[in-house]
Amino acid sequence: MKRIEAIEKLSSSLTDELVICNIGFPSRELHHLKDSPNQFYMMGSMGLASSIGLGVAMSTTKRVVVIDGDGSVLMNMGSMVTVCNQNPKNLVWIVLDNECYGSTGSQCTYASSFQLGDLAKSIGFINVFSFDLNSEIDFSEVLSSEGLVFVHIKVEPGNADVPVIPMEPEEIRDRFIKTIKE
Amino acid sequence: MFGVKNIIQPTYKQNEGVFLDSSQAVYEAIKKAGINFIVSLPCVNLGRLMEMVEEDPTITHVPVTREEEGFGICAGAFMGGKRPGILMQNSGLGNSVNALASLFELYKIPVLMIMSHRGTEGEFMGAQVPMGKATPLVLDALKIKYFNPKKPEDAFNIIPEAWQTAEADGAPIGILLDIKFW
Repeated sequence: MKRIEAIEKLSSSLTDELVICNIGFPSRELHHLKDSPNQFYMMGSMGLASSIGLGVAMSTTKRVVVIDGDGSVLMNMGSMVTVCNQNPKNLVWIVLDNECYGSTGSQCTYASSFQLGDLAKSIGFINVFSFDLNSEIDFSEVLSSEGLVFVHIKVEPGNADVPVIPMEPEEIRDRFIKTIKE
Repeated sequence: MFGVKNIIQPTYKQNEGVFLDSSQAVYEAIKKAGINFIVSLPCVNLGRLMEMVEEDPTITHVPVTREEEGFGICAGAFMGGKRPGILMQNSGLGNSVNALASLFELYKIPVLMIMSHRGTEGEFMGAQVPMGKATPLVLDALKIKYFNPKKPEDAFNIIPEAWQTAEADGAPIGILLDIKFW
C-alpha cells in the first residue's frame, strides 16, 4: 500500500478528530485528499508531530490523531517515552513507515532494522496495532479503540504528485484553534 | 560582552513583591502571568522551582526528554487554549533552535521561556561557558526578546509583563536568570 492510500483510508474514517500531520508530503497528500479546519499541517519542525499532538491532547477532551513518519519518529524518539508516561486517553499516534526520508528523495532510514511496534510495547504502550505492507487496515477499529493508541503501518516508499499547500501558516493555526474551541 | 540587541528595559514600578527567595519569586510570577502548562528539563538552579510547579494542582507539568520536544508540546498546548511555559537550562535553547524558528516563528505561537543561564558570572564549571556566551546571540539571531532580571523582585515584576508581550507578539519570550540571580 502506498502512503497516500493509507492516508485516504484514514481520512475517510475520520469524523470530528483533531489531526496533527507531519511535515512534507504527508501533509500535502492529506490536504489534497480532503482539507479540514480540524487538520494542522506542519511546515517545519520535523520530528515534533507527536509532541504537538501530545500538547493538544492534554489541553482538550477531543480525540487527537497524529500522522507521523519513521524518519520523524527517529528524530524525536524520546517522545515515545514522554507520550507513554503522560498516557493521554484521547491520542492516536499513527506512524506511516516507508523506511525512508520520503520528502527528501527517499534516502533510507534505520526503520527496517527493528520493529517499531515492539519498541512501543516495550516502552509501555498497551494498545499497539501493527500492519505490514499487505495488511487490510480498518481505521474505524483503530479510532474506536479506548485510550492511548500507537499504530505502526508499513507503506511503500514514494510520494503522490500533489501540490504544495496554498495556505499561510497563520491561517492553518487560526482555524485549528477555532475548531478546538468549538 | 554578550549581544543584547533584543533585551527589553522593564517598565514596571518596584512597588510590589519583595522576595528574598529567588525560586519563590519566579513561581509567584509564573502564577501571576497565568501560565498553566509547563514543560521542563532540570538544572540545579531550577530544582526548587520545578518542585513548586509539580506540586501545584492548577498547573499541568510535563517533564520532557529534550527541550525541542518540550517546545512541540507547548505549541500544541497553546493551540489547545493553554498558556505555556518551559523551564530549562540555556543549553536547551541550543537544542531547540529549529523548533523556535520553523514552528513558533512560522505559526506565531507564544511561549514563556524560563532559562537558567549557566556560564555567567560565578560559574564554577568551565564547560558551561561556551553555550553561556552563545545564548544571548542565539536569542538575537532568532529575534526572540528577552529579559535579564537580576533580583527576585525584578523577576516577579517582569515575568507577567513578559508573558503579555509574548501573547501580543505571538512569539516566544525569554527570561535569562544568571547564576548570581539564585
